Amino acid sequence: MERVYSKGFRPLAIATVLTTVAAFALIFFYAPLDADQGFIQKIFYVHVPMAIVALCGFVAGGVMAIRHLRTGERSWDMRSYVAIHLSIILGTGVLITGAIWAKASWGHWWVWDEPVLVSFLIVFLLYCVYYPLRFSIEDPERQARYSSVFAIAGGAFVPINFTAVRMAEAVTHPRVLSQTGGNLPGEMRLTFLVSLLAMALLFVTLWKLELTSKHASAQLKRLRSRLELRAEEHPAAQPVTR
Amino acid sequence: MPALPLEEAGKYVAGAYVVFLALIVVYVAILGAKITRIDRELGQLLELEDAAGREPGGPAEVTEQ
Repeated sequence: MERVYSKGFRPLAIATVLTTVAAFALIFFYAPLDADQGFIQKIFYVHVPMAIVALCGFVAGGVMAIRHLRTGERSWDMRSYVAIHLSIILGTGVLITGAIWAKASWGHWWVWDEPVLVSFLIVFLLYCVYYPLRFSIEDPERQARYSSVFAIAGGAFVPINFTAVRMAEAVTHPRVLSQTGGNLPGEMRLTFLVSLLAMALLFVTLWKLELTSKHASAQLKRLRSRLELRAEEHPAAQPVTR
Repeated sequence: MPALPLEEAGKYVAGAYVVFLALIVVYVAILGAKITRIDRELGQLLELEDAAGREPGGPAEVTEQ
């Protein structure tokens, strides 16, 4: 079988595991306790990288969708779909870990007047519409085309939304990665950057894994059709059963 | 709000990390199940192909290179 997506998978998977282990070690044994929030601030190292990678995944899905519309290659639509799918999974994690952190830190699971929280929820819900849109269209060509248009529109909305939130006045949620570096001390910044790298590598690894699985499934479907055709041409041969 | 004591904060931190790990584990488990199904179906197709190759008038047997 042609190695379309699985090329370089093993070193990538090893790098992901090593970086993730390093990130966990830094989080729990190296990064100092936050003077204000104490131990609860450790959620930052999983919550924020997940949010950044999820948002980047949505934008990447849009870029891949542009390539699909430009080239007409279905593989780009599949890449876009898997990127969005993974970003939604990470987005679910962001909302849950954020709610846990909010409860511990502010005493509430959710704060409706905080732009960061509400804007992320809007982006998440917007992308939840992607599934019914995609799977309500039976024709594969139209499905890919319409999904790509949605992915491009959604992908463009994410940075606009992010900029708008940056410009809004912060109520309770802190701003990270600001021009002052988010005021993170050196050890915390290193831990955060390693965590971000680990999350990004995890995203790419899972993206490649799912693409490989989908590619293998499509190849299997083609092989089955070919064998069914051959069985019809040679009735003496055993028919292919599902 | 003042910082929570370590015992209480630990539960929240553990909860957040368990959520993250659970998401990844469930995702990988679902992918694993899909790959297992592909492997099983591929095995079935190969068996049928082998059986068809042995039938008189069936397609010529494919040899591995």
